[in-house]
Amino acid sequence: MKEALVEKYFRPGRLPHIWCPGCGNGIVTAAMVQAIDREGLAKDDVALISGIGCSSRVSGYLDFNTANTVHGRALAIATGLKMARPSLTVLVASGDGDCSAIGGNHLIHAARRNIDLTLIVFNNNIYGMTGGQYSPLTPQGSRATTAPYQTIEPAFDITALARAAGATFTARATTYHTPLLTDLIAKAIRHKGFSIVEAVTACPTNYGRQNKMGNPGQMMEWQKDHAVMKAKWDTMTEDERAGKFPIGLLSERTDAVEYTAAYDEIIRRAQA
Amino acid sequence: MSLKFVTARCKGCGICAHFCPKQVLMITELNKSAVAPGKEGDCIACGQCEMRCPDYAIFVTKEEG
Repeated sequence: MKEALVEKYFRPGRLPHIWCPGCGNGIVTAAMVQAIDREGLAKDDVALISGIGCSSRVSGYLDFNTANTVHGRALAIATGLKMARPSLTVLVASGDGDCSAIGGNHLIHAARRNIDLTLIVFNNNIYGMTGGQYSPLTPQGSRATTAPYQTIEPAFDITALARAAGATFTARATTYHTPLLTDLIAKAIRHKGFSIVEAVTACPTNYGRQNKMGNPGQMMEWQKDHAVMKAKWDTMTEDERAGKFPIGLLSERTDAVEYTAAYDEIIRRAQA
Repeated sequence: MSLKFVTARCKGCGICAHFCPKQVLMITELNKSAVAPGKEGDCIACGQCEMRCPDYAIFVTKEEG
């Protein structure tokens, strides 16, 4: 990220951030900043709501209207904010555990309502802040503090979960694919309706170390080797897809009514 | 080109050095990113380090001419 963007969008005196050496959260944050800058949004017109976890520290660093809220409930609070001030561009930053376990219920209902929020899921496959417990997005067969003999649970595909629940924009990118991640966040911001961007990010301290994935650079090489662009993914057989995951714009539809617009319509009818 | 290091932010994760296509960067004994000895003129200002640095600790400017 360019130095001018750091100076423009970060709160003075807040860097260095608290994230571990090699943590991808800083790269996801840079992608968010660059996407917002590219969309030309004024800082006062953007709100950033986060939950609890490593990723959710992001709201303290960036100079928007921000709130670091309660565990899993960032989407609920963002929903309230969007209802009260529909003109704001509301982004939600949430970790994989925050969003899919503690806040799993809020996720499916925000998606079902198709409310115009942009959710960025910092998916580092683990609960990093609390010491490396496995989350619903930890790949099956991984080691974690709570799974010393490997996890036996299959992981959620959080974009598919959100899509099934009604999200009208779903996308995924990794911290290795930084320009793609920035593009997708910018598109998600433009999209009217509930959008989710899963940002696959490395946790060298608590996931990488327990799973012998090497240094931060090697963890990003892993992302490069295992992520497949959606267009290519669609042509692959089940065997070829094994162990890999698709990135890019996974789904987008415009046929569903956005929640605040539907609510305005109800107000108009009730007052008629 | 010129490289600017903000050493107070650098945590020595090594991502910049890992992805530098010209092996210009290294992590010093003090766990900070720096230009490797003798590599000063090799930077092609591709910006990979700046793009991937999770700590906003390295910036690349491309000088004209």
